[in-house]
Amino acid sequence: MVEQKTTDLKSHDAKSSDATRFLSHLELDQPDKTFLDSNELIINMGPQHPATHGVLRVILKLDGEKVLGTECVIGYLHRGVEKIAEHRTYTMFNPYVDRMDYVAAVSNGLGYCEAVEKLLNIEAPPRANYIRVILAELNRLASHQLWLGTHALDIGAMTPLFYTFRDREEILKIFEKYCGARLTTHAFRIGGCQYETYEGFERDVIKFLDFVPPKIDEYEELLTTNRIWLERTKNVGVISAADAIALGVTGPVLRASGVKWDLRKAQPYAAYADFDFDIPIGANGDTYDRYTVRMEEMRQSLRIIRQAVEKIPEGPIMAKVPKVIKPPVGEIYHSIEAPKGELGYFIVSDGSTQPYRVRVRPPSFVNLQALDIMVRGALVADVIAVIGTLDIVLGEVDR
Amino acid sequence: MAEEAKPSVPGAETKPAAPAAPAKPAGPVPVDWDSPLVANLKSQYGSGIREASTYLGQKYLVVESALVRELLQILRDHEQFDYCVDITAAHYPAREKPFDIIWILYSFSKNERIRVKTMIADGETVPSAVPVWPAANWLEREVFDMFGIRFDGHPDLKRILLPEGWKGYPLRKDYGIIQQDQEWVKANLGIESGQ
Repeated sequence: MVEQKTTDLKSHDAKSSDATRFLSHLELDQPDKTFLDSNELIINMGPQHPATHGVLRVILKLDGEKVLGTECVIGYLHRGVEKIAEHRTYTMFNPYVDRMDYVAAVSNGLGYCEAVEKLLNIEAPPRANYIRVILAELNRLASHQLWLGTHALDIGAMTPLFYTFRDREEILKIFEKYCGARLTTHAFRIGGCQYETYEGFERDVIKFLDFVPPKIDEYEELLTTNRIWLERTKNVGVISAADAIALGVTGPVLRASGVKWDLRKAQPYAAYADFDFDIPIGANGDTYDRYTVRMEEMRQSLRIIRQAVEKIPEGPIMAKVPKVIKPPVGEIYHSIEAPKGELGYFIVSDGSTQPYRVRVRPPSFVNLQALDIMVRGALVADVIAVIGTLDIVLGEVDR
Repeated sequence: MAEEAKPSVPGAETKPAAPAAPAKPAGPVPVDWDSPLVANLKSQYGSGIREASTYLGQKYLVVESALVRELLQILRDHEQFDYCVDITAAHYPAREKPFDIIWILYSFSKNERIRVKTMIADGETVPSAVPVWPAANWLEREVFDMFGIRFDGHPDLKRILLPEGWKGYPLRKDYGIIQQDQEWVKANLGIESGQ
């Protein structure tokens, strides 16, 4: 079965100039052929399904157990975030962005605050940038831990879920002590940070840095050489680098296909230029590679946090920001490397206190588009594995 | 020529970078963007390239909508803009051509980002970028869903976030923030109002 999938993908590569191969045509309006004359079957998965990580609905066209094509139906969680932004001031909109990718709220806030700062042509002070990096990397770790737990659970390994949630708790405790919230943190403000680090923040972070590496080894012990895990992830959901770029896929999914590209290195923001870290990449672009890339990213995040805690400068945590934020007329696009990929904000200012237009470029939305080509030719069970490995958050897909 | 190309806000067409409050120092202004790429495009398309500027270090082109299809193809094939980051739009109801369509592109080899912008009238269509970047598929569907802008040659242009059969385009400025398609809500949810 595995071999068949590989050949399918090779034949795809041969006609890579044909843009239509990125689309499945399910012919939903055609009369049903399932009776007697064919094995084709159209079934519906979700939106209420434990393995869809929220409210994703996927229409699957099957031939026996083989997937012929898929179509995603999304929007069940659409709250009109971009419309809301036009009716709020820049400051008032800040907490809303946390509700998009709610497992990585810190990254959302970081991207938004930096975009508005760019529009205002100000910069956060160095100390604020270090605090931002520490929290954003802790959040990346938390996001990857949640991904690993749920992804492994979908595939049938229940233990990692309990391990990762146990350890993620320590990160959430640091968030709670820092800003009072665990999930939708609203940790940053336009111009810097509202809160100075609490008494013992550095001690807590370093304690965590010493606590978590053996735990990551523990996750790896459970999975990396586990026979069932290998069977379920190797050569499953393969996407080539060329296809990933063509589909605009970013983040660990792109890197697992062998593209060494990370916005923290390519266009450093916050204080990332000050730190040493590696960008892990994969070779085959399969589910297993995406797993190893994310595991290594967790370790690299720890490296960044350790450097940041050691070098954190003293000084103010808030730039000079006017009481009423009124950016000059203009347009700006700013993006950051969120745990899921490139998270961008395109903001148009008309010179008033409210943004004229805010466009969020959500990594999950764009990455989800690749689901179809990744599962075509695979088995139904692999669809679950691929949804998990894409690491989508429906709050961000639907906004 | 450049002056016409800049209007980004109704009522502020002529002074794109005027400071919002008189007390503030002058804000950043768009600066002309000179590069071989721009010179090349200008020699090829002349006034079709209405503006090539940078604003706060970010490069953008404002072009005639008729050129878009060809220009995007050139940017991908000859200028290595192989990654279509985003396609989006903005609505300026007071303008003669009320819609801005914005393509945000990135080149891996040059580590460079540019924006291509065009303006169209209500009901006018834009060529689809799906043949150039397959990533454009869902992005264009979202623009259609939210603004009602049609993309010519899109393989499957239908709503993506809102349900099929919904009336109205929420991100247009004349669509109220708590407005909704009452008929749809009544027929499909069996309630008087979703609010």
